[in-house]
Amino acid sequence: MHISNFDLYRDLLKEKSGLTLTPDKAYLIESRLMPIAKKWGYTSLDNMCMALRGVPDPNLIKDIVEAMTTNETSFFRDTKPFDLFRDHILPAMMKDRASARKIRIWCAAASSGQEPYSLAMLLKEKGAALANWQIDILGTDISTDILETAKRGEYSQFEVQRGLPITMLMKYFEQKGERWIIKDDIKKMVKYQYFNLLDNMAALGRFDIVFCRNVLIYFDKETKGEILGRIAKQMAPDGMLLLGGAETVMGITETFKAVPDKRGLYMRADSPALASTSAATAVK
Amino acid sequence: MKCLVVDDSRVVRKVARRIVEDLGFACDEAEDGQKAYEACLQAMPDAILLDWNMPVMSGIDFLEKLRALPGGQTPKVVFCTTENDMAHIQRAMTAGANEYIMKPFDSDIIKSKFSQIGLIEG
Ligand SMILES: C[S@@+](CC[C@H](N)C(=O)[O-])C[C@H]1O[C@@H](n2cnc3c(N)ncnc32)[C@H](O)[C@@H]1O
Repeated sequence: MHISNFDLYRDLLKEKSGLTLTPDKAYLIESRLMPIAKKWGYTSLDNMCMALRGVPDPNLIKDIVEAMTTNETSFFRDTKPFDLFRDHILPAMMKDRASARKIRIWCAAASSGQEPYSLAMLLKEKGAALANWQIDILGTDISTDILETAKRGEYSQFEVQRGLPITMLMKYFEQKGERWIIKDDIKKMVKYQYFNLLDNMAALGRFDIVFCRNVLIYFDKETKGEILGRIAKQMAPDGMLLLGGAETVMGITETFKAVPDKRGLYMRADSPALASTSAATAVK
Repeated sequence: MKCLVVDDSRVVRKVARRIVEDLGFACDEAEDGQKAYEACLQAMPDAILLDWNMPVMSGIDFLEKLRALPGGQTPKVVFCTTENDMAHIQRAMTAGANEYIMKPFDSDIIKSKFSQIGLIEG
């Protein structure tokens, strides 16, 4: 591929999805975009570039952006964030919202649905304690293809064995041949919708809990900070944010602060709740 | 920590041994339920990776006999079998299994299951 064409793909992806491609990742363009070029009838990536330099079909751009996303995920990925959700976040929210009885959760890079469904199962496990509560889970992603998979809630034997305890498989899934399908009562707890993290978030409303995991790693520092700044504006003052294992706010934004002793958990820097916990830790 | 790998296939035992040893276990092998039972009478392991279909004594028969033994509640038992339907899973869990793996398996799956039941740190 011609170097100026690499630049074109890199700039296009940065602009449309935030994805930052360094030259050492050029091979990714080759391997992931060749099938798209074929589908659209181009003989090479250089060839497809010509079309992109003109007035490209928005669907071509969409195909290119989706092909470059990494959708790797699993149920209860990394375990700890979900333990935190069950043992710390949820109890705190249930206490603070005991009168309104309403919690809104956002999975900002939902991929094929394992993350939001893991949360839905944990909520279900709370049983009667959450009866009469209205809990919304919104799963969004830039890839409409992967959102279709999430909506189907249908997984392979391999996928249901990574992170998912067997007791949960028994309770919340039905078997159909080689596939495992999440049951309707869990499925209907999650709503899915296309959303690009680069876009204006105002219409999404306000959230109490945000899972934004393993997506910021693909963006450059400036984009990360900018997205986090806008997420903060969508969160309740005592809202809680979870990032992925390789992600942090340190050196990226001042809008969030790490919650002491709770790895991966962040709150708005101006959160009254954070002031009291850090004071408590300071006294200790 | 000791893990007993019970499978009638030598190849599967070898693969499983490598994985559990990587996870820090000392590993013993048994080729059927009867041999596994005898091994447990000698000394209870901490973990048992258990196939279902084996000659002489099946995995499920072994598990029922194990759980009836004094001290037989101690080992964490993880089924690891090609039986991959809900009925088998339910039967295994009722008999006292702690986790269930549907073959084919890889090190990630074993690791994930072992950490869920507290055999290793997540
Ligand atoms: C590696 S997955 C993470 C899935 C899940 N959160 C987890 O931690 O397992 C990253 C997801 O981010 C999505 N993504 C990438 N860029 C995005 C953007 N600009 N807006 C929204 N989603 C995006 C991808 O489509 C992909 O499904």
